[in-house]
Order: sequence, then C-alpha cells, then structure tokens
Amino acid sequence: MKFLPLLMEIMQLLLLLAAAPLFAGWVKMVKCWSQGRTSPSLLQPYRDIAKLFSKDVVLAENASWIFRFTPYIVFGATLLAGGIIPILSVDLPLSATADVIALVALFAIARFFTALAGMDIGTAFGGMGSSREMTIASLAEPAMLMAVFTMSLASKSTSLSHIAQTISQSDIHMALRPSLAFAFLAFVMIAIAETGRIPVDNPETHLELTMIHEAMILEYSGRHLALIEWAGMMKLFLFMSLGAAAFFPWGIAGAGNMAAIPLALIYLIIKFTFAGVVLVLIETGLAKMRLFRVTEFLGAAFLLATLGMLAHFILE
Amino acid sequence: MIFSPLDLASLSVLLFLLQVLLAPLFRKNERAMVHICFSLAAAASLLAVAAGIWTVENGTTEKAILVLGLPDLPFHLRLDPLSGFFLTTIGLLAFYVSVYSIGYVRGFIGQRPVMRLVIFYSFFIAGMLMVVLADDALFFLISWEFMAAASYFLVMYEDEKAENKRAAFLYLVIAHIGAVAILLSFGVMAGLATDFKDFSGYTFDAMRASQFPVEWATAAFFLSFFGFAAKAGIVPLHVWLPEAHPVAPSNISALMSGVMLKTAIYGIIRVTLDIIKVFPWWWGAVVLVFGLVSAVMGVLYALMQHDLKRLLAYHSVENIGIILIGIGLSMVFMSFQMPLIAALALTAGVYHTMNHAMFKGLLFMGAGAVLHATHERNMEEMGGLIHKMPWTAALFLIGCVSISALPPFNGFVSEWLTFQAFLLSPSLPAPILKLLMPIGAAILALTGALAAACFVKAFGVTFLGRWRGHHKPTIQEVNWPMRIGMMMAAATCLLLGILPTLFIGWMDTIPVQLVGSTISASAGTYGWLWLTPVAPERASYSGIIVFLGILAVVAAAYIMLHVKPGAIRRGHVWDCGFEKLTERMQYNATSFSMPIRRIFGYLFNIKEQVDLAQQSAHSAFPKRLNYYLKVRDRAWGWLYKPIAEASFWLSRKVGMLQQGRIQTYLIYSFITIILLLVFVI
Repeated sequence: MKFLPLLMEIMQLLLLLAAAPLFAGWVKMVKCWSQGRTSPSLLQPYRDIAKLFSKDVVLAENASWIFRFTPYIVFGATLLAGGIIPILSVDLPLSATADVIALVALFAIARFFTALAGMDIGTAFGGMGSSREMTIASLAEPAMLMAVFTMSLASKSTSLSHIAQTISQSDIHMALRPSLAFAFLAFVMIAIAETGRIPVDNPETHLELTMIHEAMILEYSGRHLALIEWAGMMKLFLFMSLGAAAFFPWGIAGAGNMAAIPLALIYLIIKFTFAGVVLVLIETGLAKMRLFRVTEFLGAAFLLATLGMLAHFILE
Repeated sequence: MIFSPLDLASLSVLLFLLQVLLAPLFRKNERAMVHICFSLAAAASLLAVAAGIWTVENGTTEKAILVLGLPDLPFHLRLDPLSGFFLTTIGLLAFYVSVYSIGYVRGFIGQRPVMRLVIFYSFFIAGMLMVVLADDALFFLISWEFMAAASYFLVMYEDEKAENKRAAFLYLVIAHIGAVAILLSFGVMAGLATDFKDFSGYTFDAMRASQFPVEWATAAFFLSFFGFAAKAGIVPLHVWLPEAHPVAPSNISALMSGVMLKTAIYGIIRVTLDIIKVFPWWWGAVVLVFGLVSAVMGVLYALMQHDLKRLLAYHSVENIGIILIGIGLSMVFMSFQMPLIAALALTAGVYHTMNHAMFKGLLFMGAGAVLHATHERNMEEMGGLIHKMPWTAALFLIGCVSISALPPFNGFVSEWLTFQAFLLSPSLPAPILKLLMPIGAAILALTGALAAACFVKAFGVTFLGRWRGHHKPTIQEVNWPMRIGMMMAAATCLLLGILPTLFIGWMDTIPVQLVGSTISASAGTYGWLWLTPVAPERASYSGIIVFLGILAVVAAAYIMLHVKPGAIRRGHVWDCGFEKLTERMQYNATSFSMPIRRIFGYLFNIKEQVDLAQQSAHSAFPKRLNYYLKVRDRAWGWLYKPIAEASFWLSRKVGMLQQGRIQTYLIYSFITIILLLVFVI
C-alpha cells in the first residue's frame, strides 16, 4: 500500500472527527440568525461533547450489554462510513472496502443497534422511538438505495470514488441528466429524514408525541451520550459530503494529486457553508409533519428515486 | 483413490436409513437413543458435506446406476457440482441441527415417545439427500415423496393439538398438488425425449439430450415451476408454510425452513438451466416477478406476526423470493446470451441459498431454545431473555443481523451481488425488462429495509426489555449441545460474510456447469480480501475489512474511554414522574409494527376492534380497554376459499350418487358393464 493514500485517509478521518461538530454549530448559528435569536458560539458543540465525556454514566436498571455497546458500534460504523466517502480526495485506500451499497448498510447497522438499545431499557419511550425509526427507515433506506443506484448507473460503478471521478471529469451534458435530477431531489428528501431534521424529526425537542430519534436515546448519559451525539453530527456531515461527492464533485482532488488538497479544502468550506444555509432554509420554512405524513413524504422520495432509475433505463 | 464422492454420499444416505434398525435397540433407554442416533446422524451429515465439498471443488460429475427400482427402470444416481452444492448445504445444516438435537430432543423424554422423532428425522434427511442425488424422474419422485411423507409425520409429532393436525394436513395436500404437477412435467419431458415410444426417456440424461419444441417446453417448465413453487412456499402457494413450520419441533422447523425448501430451488435450477437449457427470456421474467412478490409479501406478513416461529416461517417466504430473484435474473441474462452476468446472478442466488440455510437454521434453533426454556411461542408474553439466556440471545442476534443483510455477515454479500446484477441490466434489449428491472431493484431494496425492521422487533421484543408475561416461569439457559449447534451455525454466518471470495472461488464450477461462465476470475482481482464481481472499478467489497474496521474503532473508543476508571451507576428509567410504570406498558410486537400496518394496511385482511369494558364515570377515562386484532392473509380469501368451496360443492354433487341402497349400486354396476361392453364391441 502506498504511503500517500494512507495519509490522505487518516487526514480525512481526522477532518471528519474535527469538523463535524463545527458544521453542526454552523447550522445552529444560521438557524438562530434566521429566527432572530442570539446564537451560541460556533464552538458550542465541542463544549457539549467535552462536558458529556467528563460526566459519569447512569445506566437504566434493565440495560444489558446491547445498551452499553451500541454507542461504540454506532460511532465505529459512522467513522468507517467516513473512510469511504471522498471528502477531500478520491484517492482513498478504504474506498475499495465498501461501495455505496455497503455505505447505506453501514448506516443501517448503526440504526439497527440504536433501535435495539431503545428496546433494551424496557420503557414505552424507547420502544416508541425504535418502532418509528424503523418504520421511517424502511421507506428511507430503499429510497436512498434507489438514489445511489441512479448515480452509479450514470457512472457505471458503485464505488464512490469512481462516481465522483467520473462526474467531475465529464462535461456539463454528462452531469445534467434527467435521472440525476430525480436522484438529487430524492436524495435531499432522504438526507433530511435520515439526519432527523425538520420536517421529519426535530433534533431539539423532547416532546413525547413527536420525537423519534431522541426517544430511543433518552436513557443515555455521559460518554455514551457523547459518542452518540458526536456520531449524529458526523452523520449529518457525511450526508452533506455524500451529496457533494455524488452531485457536485467539482474540486475534490484526483488520484495522487497532493497539491490539489488545499484547493479541495477551500471548495469544501464553500460547499458546506452554502449547504448549511440551504438546510436551515428548509428547516425554518417548513413545519414538522405528523408521523403519518412522513410516510407520504418518504413515499414521494422513493417514487422520485425509482423514477430517476426508470429515466436512466428508458431515456439514457 | 478408494472412495469416490458418490460413495461417500451413498454411505451417508445408508447410515441415515439404518437408523430405523438402530433406534429400536434402545427403546428401553431413550436417553442413550437420543445420544447415539443423533451423533450418528451428525457423522453421516459430515460424510455428505465431505462428498459435496469434494465434488464442487473438483467440478467432477459422477454417475451410477442402482439395480433397485422397477424392472427395466433402474434408479440413476448422479453427483455433479450443482447437486454437490446442495449436498453440502443440506449436510452442513443437518450436522448443526443434529448436534443441537442431542440437547433439544432430550426435553421430550418422558413426555412423548422419542423413537418416532428419531426415525423420521433420519428418513427426512435421507430423503433430501436422495432428491439431490437422483438422476431420473422415477427416483426423483420417489425421494421427493419420501421426504414429504417423513416431514409430514414430523409436523404431526405433537399430534394432540387440533392445530397441528390441521397444519400437517394442509401441508400434505399442497405438497401433493405440487408433486402431481412435477410428475406431469417429467411426463411431458420424458415422453418428448423418445417421442412417446418407450419408457427410456425417464432419465434426466435422455431429457438433457433432447431438444423440446418451445410450446411443450413451456408447458413442462410451468408445471414443474408450479410444483416446486408449492414446495418452496412461493406466494400465493405459501399458505401451508406459516402453519406447518411453527407446529413442528424446532429442530425440524430449522431443517424444513433451512434446507427442505431449498430442494425446490434445486429442482427449479435443475429443470431450467440443466435439463431444458434453451428458453425464451420471459420465463426468467416470470420467475423474477414471483420472486419479487414473494420477497415483499413475505416480509410484510412476517412483520404482522407475534408468534416467533410463524414470523420466521414468513421470512422463509421472503428469502426464497430473494433466491428466485437471483435465479430469474440469471435466466433472463442467459436467454440474451450474456453468460458472465448470468453467472453473477446465479452465484448471487445460489450464495443466498447457502446463507439462508445457515441463518434461518440458526434462528429456528434459537426460537427452539426460547421455546425450550419458556414454553412460549407468543412474543407478546416474552421479554428480557437476554439476562437469563445470554448465549442464546447473542447467537440469535447474529442470526438477526445476518438475515437483515447487514455487513459484515453473510446475508449482505448475497443481496449485494443481486443488486450488482440488477445494476448490470441496462444492457438488456427487451423494453419491458427496462421497466421491470428498476422496479425489481426498488422492491428488493424495500424488502431488505423491512426485514431489518422485522428483526429489530423479533429480537427486541423477545430478548430485550422486561418480561411481559402474566406468569413468571423460572428460565434457564439451554444445555451445551444446543448452544454448540447454534454457535457453529453463527460462525458459518460470519465466515460466509467475511470470506466471500474464497466461497465464490470454491463454487465457481456451478456457473461453469450451468451457464458456461464464471465470475471467480474477476471476483478475486484484488486478491482474496476484496470481492470484485465483473470488474474491480465497477464495485468492490471487503467484508473482513469492514468487520475488523468496526471492531478496531469500537475497541479503540472503548479503551480510550476506560483509561480512567469511571463509575457506572444504575438508576431508574425516566417515567415522566408517573412512578407507576409496569412491564405491560412496554412496546410489544403488535404495537411495534403498528405504523407499518397502517402504511401497508391495504395488503392485509385486518379486523381491528376496541372495546371499552368497565365504564367509569367519564368515557374519557375507561378502566379497561380490550383490543382485538386479526390480520389474515389475503391469499386465503382470494384463492383458497373459492377453490375449497368449489371442491366442497363438487363433492356434494357427486355425493348424491351415494344413496346407501344396494339396489342403486347394482344399477350403477349394471350400467357400467353395459357401457364398457358397448365400447369394447
């Protein structure tokens, strides 16, 4: 194995670990501005995580090893997912390990264990969160797969590095395909659902009737909660990176091109600054939906993604 | 070499058949009978595995003719890579289940005679092994019936309950309707092979050698597909499956679901890709559509169940569907002369056959362990078993993760390969396939996600939370033979998940034999660590790196966070200040699947009723609520009820002939004789 890609891989993982809370802070900041509130500092998420790490853990009486190990598994699966998505460079040794289908499955592992942890403590809240999360996932995950299938059909590969490379090197007519437009729309809808943002779920509420993700992790505390929160921020960061890599890959450094890394970093900052604003606009512009409206929302995403694939089969 | 693989396989079958002589010797000491007979069964299974692995590895084909059978119609045996693969699958699961049975069947001693179970268990496995070894229609059908009859008696084992008798009867009826269709299909092909002149066309070799006209071939294919579909439990012929599997003893359920259904898959592959060989593309499309419908309906019905074994039985319908998707895709690609992609799809289907045998066997064994410990099949009465049965819980969890197609376990690899086959389908020329393929991929994706939801429910409600039941039995972890049986199956699930390249390299003689191409050359381009079907830049996956990667991060995070010993305190759960939380307030199986029931409700026949019993002062505060829910299979109302009613109507009409008076019967005989004479003269 060559030294340079290995360095790139480590750099990217460190960037993910370090920048994910920053992006979460940025989204929160823009959200506060847009709603006319004073925002906390950009560094607040780091302080929150540091505080949680230093606290003791209180476990529920009935919690088994599933509950104790889930935070580590969630964190591990999310970090591994970060090793696959080309954030700065396509030259990643881990990208051959798992393709985009395996990436979806990695997020599924994290969700599977989070849902089990919700059932483990034996409260109504935990079960409620698990049930809702798995229902939403059972529509969002196939929609996500269909969206990534459409991207991989366009570039004839399911490897994310190849997808990013093919699309960034092709001319504008290659990139402006009807199938990709459908896939992009579906992807945005799914990303909102998967990262638990308004209008599907609200990360800031602990209102019993509406919470989904928060209900499952209600009993977590201390370092366990810190790991889960951090993994959640990384997941948001990764979905943004995935969207950038698959639909707007311009600026991501090519294979062996070390000199392009600083430029890639600048592109990344611009893309993410913009993406954060768009996310906030969606979140503040919409109200949270009732649970059974969410299925219509995700059903629409699933349909759009399938239409994208059909468009590829029939039109292209 | 003194022994050949076929010798080993025959020896294995003989050992199983000899149990009928061995078991009665220990009638006095049932404990010894269980130990000796199931140990012998395990040894015999290993012989079958050895024969299968050997054959597939070398890609040899070996034939033999037995002097048994009818005059001039001897039995033919043949061991080629395809039957070798199924021999391995059956033998491997039979080995695990036999070890498990040593512990499991002990629980029946003193309650009911064990000898019946031991003998029919051996006959059942022998029947399955003979089915895959048979090389003529006669021996195939005899083995097929032998297997069906043995399993019928096993389903009937606990025959004091009316429910079990009904399930066994339903199983027998559908199995025989299927067997008749297979018989007719072989009749068509055997007849055409010799132009209906003599009986020599009954061997599969004679059928292979002949070219069938397309309309006759189509008739033969659909007859056999119907027959095998009835055995495999393909929607809408699946109704016997969720009735029969739960009532059988759990070691039998594991075998029925894990490998007996696979003999039908074997039959479909044998008839289409080996015997008929040349067929129009729409056969493959039909198989694909049935596979898709079975997959999604199977998992949706499974989600509605609260009986653990019924839930698993419906998942067999789903997984048989996934296998058929692979086989259907392979047939489509084969008919368009794309052998490489056909080999990919076939590999995916056959790989999933092995995977499903392993994880479904494991899950049924786990369900059996739960049943053994709690005497309960209803999930609504369970909960918190992970504290009492930690081994069973961990092993059952591995089964759940595998069947939910999560890496690094085996279910993911075969579904991943199936998706890759779908993604290669834009090159197909037929326009209708361009419509079918994206929808097919969408349905398969939906199936996978729903399966994960279903197994969160199955594991979460059974093993996690607190005990929900009204009575509290003392629950103990199961004995060691049961644990070891499950452990070996779980280890196989992991190995098949992290070493797919080795497994595909081993089984590449099957696609070579059937579709004339193989993916193993390209599958190992990057070395055995990475699985790269078709081309490395197209897709790659490494189960072992995913496994080690997650393990490394988990270990690193765990160690870093435990450098300074932090205190872990146990506290009460958050109850919103209510303070009167009870176990009955937890989510259970019915409430867990409620949102999905609401989304897909139109697919089921649902009766739901809420009664306010014991009215209090105000209707907003009832003292007690009764909730009734009944979810029925729509196939009953649409397909089976009309057929049952029609046959009852017909029987009543025919029954009018039966007057009970001797004079009437004499007149019938007289008329018959007159009619016969008229025809003869």
